[in-house]
Amino acid sequence: MKILVCISNVPDTTSKINFTENNTQFDTNGVQFVINPNDEFGLTRAMWFKEKQGATVHVATVGQAQVEPTMRKALAIGADEAIRVDAEPTDGFFVAEQLAAVVKNGGYDLVIAGRESIDYNGGMVPGIMASLLDMNFVNTCIGLEIEGDQAKAVREIDGGKETLATHLPLIVGGQKGLVEESDLRIPNMRGIMMARKKSLNVVEPVSAEQSTKDVTFEKPAPKGPVKLVDDVDELINLLHKEAKAI
Amino acid sequence: MSVLVYTESEKGNFKKNAFEVASYAAAVAAEMGTTVTAVTINAQADETLGEYGVNKVLKVENDALSPFNAKAFAQVLSAAAAQEGAKVIVLSSSADTKYMAPLLAASLGAGYVPNVVEKPSSTAPFTVKRTAFSNKAFAQTQILADVKLIGVSNNAFGTVAQPTKVAIAPFEVALEEDSFSTKSTEIDKVVGKATIADADIVVSGGRGLKGPENWHMVEDLADVLGAATACSKPVSDLGWRPHGEHVGQTGKPVASNLYIAIGISGAIQHLAGVSSSKTKVVINTDPEAPFFKAADYGIVGDAFEIVPQLTEKLREFKAQNS
Ligand SMILES: Cc1cc2nc3c(=O)[nH]c(=O)nc-3n(C[C@H](O)[C@H](O)[C@H](O)COP(=O)(O)OP(=O)(O)OC[C@H]3O[C@@H](n4cnc5c(N)ncnc54)[C@H](O)[C@@H]3O)c2cc1C
Ligand SMILES: Nc1ncnc2c1ncn2[C@@H]1O[C@H](COP(=O)(O)O)[C@@H](O)[C@H]1O
Repeated sequence: MKILVCISNVPDTTSKINFTENNTQFDTNGVQFVINPNDEFGLTRAMWFKEKQGATVHVATVGQAQVEPTMRKALAIGADEAIRVDAEPTDGFFVAEQLAAVVKNGGYDLVIAGRESIDYNGGMVPGIMASLLDMNFVNTCIGLEIEGDQAKAVREIDGGKETLATHLPLIVGGQKGLVEESDLRIPNMRGIMMARKKSLNVVEPVSAEQSTKDVTFEKPAPKGPVKLVDDVDELINLLHKEAKAI
Repeated sequence: MSVLVYTESEKGNFKKNAFEVASYAAAVAAEMGTTVTAVTINAQADETLGEYGVNKVLKVENDALSPFNAKAFAQVLSAAAAQEGAKVIVLSSSADTKYMAPLLAASLGAGYVPNVVEKPSSTAPFTVKRTAFSNKAFAQTQILADVKLIGVSNNAFGTVAQPTKVAIAPFEVALEEDSFSTKSTEIDKVVGKATIADADIVVSGGRGLKGPENWHMVEDLADVLGAATACSKPVSDLGWRPHGEHVGQTGKPVASNLYIAIGISGAIQHLAGVSSSKTKVVINTDPEAPFFKAADYGIVGDAFEIVPQLTEKLREFKAQNS
């Protein structure tokens, strides 16, 4: 089985979000970039398939040279090879077109992406890719087992979960649940050394249209101070009369 | 050219978000000087959509479309959009719809913007305000493609009553075997309880509650309020509560009217996920807990004393006010 894990390079979850150039650009000053958390769960599940079922695992990203440390980290965690499509990831449609081309060229059986990136929050790259490639698709995937070309996937639904039967080739939008938090791996020295020898192939983008464009950004209005109350009667009163929340 | 809206139902009944997206579509249609066409799938009482400004319903009745199937539903909506020549399509933010939306976007070559929080700031060029960076910011996003697909955030727009005469037309789509190549084999869902996605009130517990055996306090409070229960990430990582309850930047977003956080410190990742809730209440022993900076109301104190009192007093309040 050949697996491709799609990796988005995102600001660490503790980052303060600021903008520059008249609120048109994200301010990367002092920001640490990491593997998108949903993608890290997917990569870790892919490592399980590699170790237990002999799968080959490649990772791919669409981004410029500065994303390479994140790809090296994915290689240090254990991916066999990395691919970087050398382009600015302008929007979900453009990124999906690039990754779809990588999938087509590489002949992957299983593509694991994240349910959403924590910066763009599009929640669309894996689904659009599936549609472009006419592959089966499971979103918000929290469990995945594969036997031959048959797949059993569990997805999160509002208020519960649903089990799905499908087959390869398959694309999933994954999240926590594919593996648990405690299964995540911190690259060790050996992994880091080995990652240096693994190939990180840079490929040219295919031509694709951008379908949306972020024009400006703004931050939420600052919040007024909290009203501290001494007892629950007062709280109930405020929630009823002032906030009209109950 | 009418604005198309997908109004979701479950077991025949419209979901709350159906009326919200219908209201949103009506607002966009008014702006553009056109009408609203809704698509319903195995729903009853389609005429109720007329109360929220829907002019026409394309009514799909097909047993193969129960339960939900993302690919098949996307094909139905794609066919409806083609028939109506729709250039603007409005969707909700439910888990099912977010599963289907990218498939629909690709088949229509549409520009899809999810997590939209207001009606379009402009329709030419078509620009919408959405959350970005996991609720830490907003973006004004322009949709360049000819067909625009808008995913409206839960509870962001609300419902707007606008009684309209509604015409109901049956709509059939021929679906092939291949549309069902991903099949549902089991659904495991709590029935009769509010879910985080559609609850007006969410009661959430953190590590301050010490252990799963104390969750009856959270559940009792939620019961009295008809609220959904939620938790912080470590609580689900520790296995005290199911993963589906984990809210925050890497869990579910919460956009309820009222969010009550008990024994939750208010880490940046947690706050990002709950910032869209309208009123936030925090109960925490530590007056320095960061959550107090993000909340509207707070009680500094021990959850083990305060929560049972609050539940009791709310029960009395509900009995008097109902
Ligand atoms: C990559 C990444 C992603 C993350 N994503 C998320 C996310 O999506 N959602 C999320 O929630 N977290 C997330 N986190 C974790 C986050 O950083 C915090 O660790 C977490 O939110 C803390 O949970 P907590 O508030 O329950 O626990 P704690 O921080 O331990 O806080 C417990 C609180 O309870 C209070 N307390 C103690 N006893 C009582 C009592 N008797 N009565 C009342 N109050 C009491 C304490 O004063 C304290 O403020 C993420 C972390 C990382 C690294
Ligand atoms: N630039 C990118 N390069 C590689 N994968 C990406 C990129 N952007 C998004 N993805 C993948 O698509 C998923 C969903 O992203 P999004 O649609 O932006 O929310 C992410 O979790 C990644 O797996």
